[in-house]
Amino acid sequence: MPEDRINSFRSGPDAQGRFGDFGGRFVSETLMPLILELEAEYERAKTDADFWAEMDDLWTHYVGRPSPLYFAERLTKHLGGAKVYMKRDELNHTGAHKINNVLGQILLARRMGKTRIIAETGAGQHGVATATVCAKFGLKCIVYMGAHDVERQAPNVFRMKLLGAEVVPVTSGRGTLKDAMNDALRDWVTNVRDTFYCIGTVAGPHPYPAMVRDFQSIIGQEVRRQMTEAEGRLPDTLVAAIGGGSNAMGLFHPFLDDPEVAIVGVEAGGRGVNEKMEHCASLTGGRPGVLHGNRTYLLQDDDGQILEGYSISAGLDYPGIGPEHAWLHESGRAQYVSVTDDEALDAFKLCCEMEGIIPALEPSHALAHVTKVAPDLPSDHIICMNMCGRGDKDIFTVARALGVDISG
Amino acid sequence: MSRIAARFEKLRAEGRKAFVSYVMAGDPDHATSLEILKGLPRAGVDIVELGVPFTDPMADGPTIQAAGQRALAGGQTLERTLAMVRAFREGDAETPLVLMGYYNPIYSRGVARFLEDAATAGVDGLIVVDLPPEEDDELCLPALAAGIDFIRLATPTTDDRRLPKVLENTSGFVYYVSITGITGAAEAQAEVVGPEVARIKARTDLPVLVGFGIRSPQSAEAIAGVADGCVVGSAIVSEIAAGKPVAEVLDYVRGLAEGAHRA
Ligand SMILES: Cc1ncc(COP(=O)(O)O)c(C=O)c1O
Repeated sequence: MPEDRINSFRSGPDAQGRFGDFGGRFVSETLMPLILELEAEYERAKTDADFWAEMDDLWTHYVGRPSPLYFAERLTKHLGGAKVYMKRDELNHTGAHKINNVLGQILLARRMGKTRIIAETGAGQHGVATATVCAKFGLKCIVYMGAHDVERQAPNVFRMKLLGAEVVPVTSGRGTLKDAMNDALRDWVTNVRDTFYCIGTVAGPHPYPAMVRDFQSIIGQEVRRQMTEAEGRLPDTLVAAIGGGSNAMGLFHPFLDDPEVAIVGVEAGGRGVNEKMEHCASLTGGRPGVLHGNRTYLLQDDDGQILEGYSISAGLDYPGIGPEHAWLHESGRAQYVSVTDDEALDAFKLCCEMEGIIPALEPSHALAHVTKVAPDLPSDHIICMNMCGRGDKDIFTVARALGVDISG
Repeated sequence: MSRIAARFEKLRAEGRKAFVSYVMAGDPDHATSLEILKGLPRAGVDIVELGVPFTDPMADGPTIQAAGQRALAGGQTLERTLAMVRAFREGDAETPLVLMGYYNPIYSRGVARFLEDAATAGVDGLIVVDLPPEEDDELCLPALAAGIDFIRLATPTTDDRRLPKVLENTSGFVYYVSITGITGAAEAQAEVVGPEVARIKARTDLPVLVGFGIRSPQSAEAIAGVADGCVVGSAIVSEIAAGKPVAEVLDYVRGLAEGAHRA
């Protein structure tokens, strides 16, 4: 790792919470003192060995870390080019990477004496992870979820309720993830004393983007070690799907200062990245703006009104992207592409049939990109994609897309 | 002297508290909204606050959220809101007008271009909810340089340690948010608000106005009584949402203004 922090891609954010021009703290005055308090507590926890010892213990015995690094042999043969590895974060407790971050935030909430946890969720995976950890620690949990998502992710709604969480269907706006985040922020300004807002991705006001990234970076740290064990070197290319960008930042961040490692983020292209805006590709199809506490690339109209994205994957259906990704995009350190619903569905099926793994629709986007590029790469090129979630929650959506009735 | 400073000087001379009304630009439609706006000064409004619609109003409750949605559905844009201000100024050169909203529509237009257009249109001040002092370089300092007041919100969570930072670049007046919460939610309590206003006034010579949670002439009177004035939004917006004719909306505003002026 280079000692020279000035030339490092890993030194952000600055004291203002900025990654270049992106990030920041664009919140109402009511929330500002709370955010400063959180930042101070996180700075203390970061260098507290006890905090990390507790995290490690929970990661090992509660989540099941480290997750395996798996060589997808049949898929590699089928594609006929680069070697494809999968980081199996779908094997975590609760079935996605989301719990890596939730554990960290809930431990912080406990240190701060907060007793009421709120969260927003899209696909329901972050909601389930938050409800899970709250159950474990006996904390009250309220999850805001767009009414439209409540409908398309019914199994996760039931899971959250089983875990004792209150699920609040959000009908403001168009009832998706961005509106759930608005309502969570409205809850937070109302309940400032006892409430901790557990954000599910690398977005929101500083310190959330950096803090969530740090908690998710366990993914990339493990990949470094595991790939070195398996192949004696680092991977050539990293690929991850991007909603807000937390599983991707978690994989990417430990590799940002290894210039030989190519980094690719895959956004949801929905029905195609064009002027109809039926997609969620903020970097490919948006421009800089300010929403949910940070400056980043957003889907918006000429008047600066935020547009609702569209994706078959509820977890990618967000009109923004974490500010650090916006900066990595502009600085050229990472490359961002998009994949359509249909391409993701094809990759979903291929993964089931070739590897016996039912992936979530989110990592199916990452895998779709892998299927596009791997065939043209040499056989000694190593790709590592983040299998950040399992697909149980998506079987109804997939069945509908394939025209199959499984309602029973 | 700015229109806002002149207005407070006049109020002080007359021994009156300020009554500030909030309506959303373009709600329920552009024409009706302009008619309401033009009628506010004669209904007793001392300072006009005009909401700039935004798709994601994080600090607003259902009433003002819905007003923004109605305005946007009717095609309201920042451009048209500035046009409303120009139309208002043709008939009123004295009543201060403050735009209230969120940063993204302004950022999207470009800060320099926005400030030039706003100053030309006759905008006197800005209240931008998602720009705390930590982000003063974005709009606050350029606005002050352009001669437009930047009115900051102080809240129950703004403790004494933080208050100087909040007051530092504030101009025009200080807007004290009476509750922790969103617009249109809990009722403001004069006995809670009074000491908070005193705490702020001990640190600034600017007038301190109180808003959020004022829904009746009685409450306007009680809150204005412990401050330099009060702001009413959701209650007026509810009248507009109910489809009341313009004259009735303005009568309702007059009742609130009279309440505040009794204080
Ligand atoms: C499995 C999975 N992957 C990815 C995402 C998108 O979030 P992020 O981009 O923060 O990883 C989600 C969100 O719900 C998810 O459930």
